Amino acid sequence: MRVALFLTCVNDTLYPDTGRAVVKLLTRLGVDVDFPAAQTCCGQAHYNTGYRHEAEPLARHFADVFGGYDAVVTPSGSCGAMVRELYPRMGERARSEGRGDGLAAVLAPVVPKTYELTEFLVDVLEVTDVGAYYPHRVTYHPTCHGLRSLGLGERPLRLLRAVKELELVELPGADECCGFGGTFALKNADVSAAMGADKVRNAESTGAEVLCAADNSCLMHIGGTMSRLRTGMRPVHIAEILASTEEDPAV
Amino acid sequence: MSGTFVGMPAFPAAARAAVRDTTLRGNLRHATHTIRAKRARAVAELDDWERLRQAGKRIKDHTLRHLDRYLEQLEESVTAAGGVVHWAADADEANRIVAELVRATGETEVVKVKSMATQEIALNEALEAQGIHAYETDLAELIVQLGKDRPSHILVPAIHRNRGEIRDIFTREMGAWGRPAPEGLPDTPADLADAARLHLREKFLRAKVGVSGANFMVAETGTLVVVESEGNGRMCLTLPETLISVVGIEKIVPTWQDLEVFLQTLPRSSTAERMNPYTSMWTGTTDGDGPRVFHLVLLDNGRTDTLADEVGRQALRCIRCSACLNVCPVYERAGGHAYGSVYPGPIGAILSPQLRGTGSEIDASLPYASSLCGACYEVCPVAIDIPEVLVHLRERVVEGGEAVREGSKVRLRPAKGHAAERAAMRAARWALSRPGALRAGQRLASRTRRLHPRTLPGPGRAWSGTRDLPPVPAEPFRDWWQRTRGGKDGAK
Repeated sequence: MRVALFLTCVNDTLYPDTGRAVVKLLTRLGVDVDFPAAQTCCGQAHYNTGYRHEAEPLARHFADVFGGYDAVVTPSGSCGAMVRELYPRMGERARSEGRGDGLAAVLAPVVPKTYELTEFLVDVLEVTDVGAYYPHRVTYHPTCHGLRSLGLGERPLRLLRAVKELELVELPGADECCGFGGTFALKNADVSAAMGADKVRNAESTGAEVLCAADNSCLMHIGGTMSRLRTGMRPVHIAEILASTEEDPAV
Repeated sequence: MSGTFVGMPAFPAAARAAVRDTTLRGNLRHATHTIRAKRARAVAELDDWERLRQAGKRIKDHTLRHLDRYLEQLEESVTAAGGVVHWAADADEANRIVAELVRATGETEVVKVKSMATQEIALNEALEAQGIHAYETDLAELIVQLGKDRPSHILVPAIHRNRGEIRDIFTREMGAWGRPAPEGLPDTPADLADAARLHLREKFLRAKVGVSGANFMVAETGTLVVVESEGNGRMCLTLPETLISVVGIEKIVPTWQDLEVFLQTLPRSSTAERMNPYTSMWTGTTDGDGPRVFHLVLLDNGRTDTLADEVGRQALRCIRCSACLNVCPVYERAGGHAYGSVYPGPIGAILSPQLRGTGSEIDASLPYASSLCGACYEVCPVAIDIPEVLVHLRERVVEGGEAVREGSKVRLRPAKGHAAERAAMRAARWALSRPGALRAGQRLASRTRRLHPRTLPGPGRAWSGTRDLPPVPAEPFRDWWQRTRGGKDGAK
């Protein structure tokens, strides 16, 4: 199976540790993962801000870069949802604008083979115990696109429960949005910040050291709020927890 | 009532004030979280909920597709049952029709059933200008009217008030409108309800004209349906001699049997009840029973324009249950008034910019009043994909394009104030279409990382005012991958 890592532009630029963790984890599980260097961005920020036509060339580029692989794995619920839920919609909209089936046809092949990381682990590799070790108290925040668009459900929790020495504590109001929302965080900064502060308060109430999620964009917002409020908690991407082992533990 | 929404500031500015109002935040948090949990329990009782939801969606879509036919059928049925049907293209026309109908009775007072359509057209203000007093009889609408306030929720318009505030409003204002509140009124719910009951009873018994909306209109029989909890609606619908109902044209269902779906999904979604306490249904007029004269004013007011939009038309499926408001994290913090419309929350954010167009500052800002978390879509009993419509309307704001306004095709120009954003999006698209450009940008960011400020200037302050920036790493992932061949050569 030819597996490609779609790291996402945000992770590539700001969170290379998450990328290294995905590579380490998948390699340990026997997957020979490739990082096609031509990859850039799925176009989600453009699409969700109302620039669907600007997002189209990025979607075409994505299909071009990843078309030749059997599976595309991404450590981002929202970028995964962009490909799986919104690429087909972009194709449909182009069709209804009288531009034919071209875009739909180009995008269709990559849609079903794009997986969010925890989906790929649980559904494709069929593992829940990935041999990880992480001796910390952790609470899990299900990000909205992972939860509602992709329907990740229990997958991330099953993976976390199998991690040795990890104490998983339930996050109150877990399914409430953290307030990131892409450009929402800038356009409605006050509401976004209020949502973030409430999320952080709920996280703090668990007594966990680490708030874990499967999307670094949300973690950038939650983590930025945590450090501004000097909570002492830290945000960690689930890939970094699952990649951590007794021999080579993540700090 | 003094409350109209003309000249509202854009959503972010209005929301900013609400976020800082700790009493309001507390009231809304308590109310929305309580109803949210109750709704979830009420819905979980039905193992065929998802099928009911899809059935509701299908019935509404079918009706909207053949709306012309069903409207004519409804007109025939209502007329045959003794009612008189009027057609109103917009708010002004509807208000004019109602005012003329009231004036023809010689009365100067009407009692009102809670109705979103009459709020939408600001009927009370229009009647007042003609010397006709309209009395709201729904408890929460009464609180809003007495408090010279504006509604902030579809189902519970006074959700932003706590009981202490309500006691004060009753004590201060009831006397000027009719029977005053009892001396030393406490703020317990039962006492407040009692005071309202005594105050309203006088109005019910005196009124000769009732004004209502309707939750549903059955095309095959001409029957109108009002679903409520308090019984005030039943009073207004049965005691007066003349009943005038103002109803949006999208409220039709084809057959009586279609009601079986909505009479299950609406109460569970709105008040978390298996069945609402009062369901009133009437078909034209009946001698010796209820109003002797019945007028139905069918209201368009932007609905036909909305129907013309392939993506946006699903908003017309809405049955006004307000489940989307109760789960919305943005509504919970911004409050209903920030939406600048009688339709607040997620549904308001897609309905108002379609019914009114995106020309005003507030309407152009509403599609952005969401983090696109999708909680609204998940609870919607007619499966309106609100995030999809929000993004579609954002596109209309920034790109302009074809739309239908007042029945004619128009070409909308992109909204003002998005030029810098548009340029940034184009530049980002250009760079992101070229891996080399992305890489150059990443390297520049990494090499200058010690020079980056902790807080951002200009629009970036919106981020760094409340959140620290993530540190830029020493090298982007792609450089690590290239340098170590994905870690295969052992380097870290």
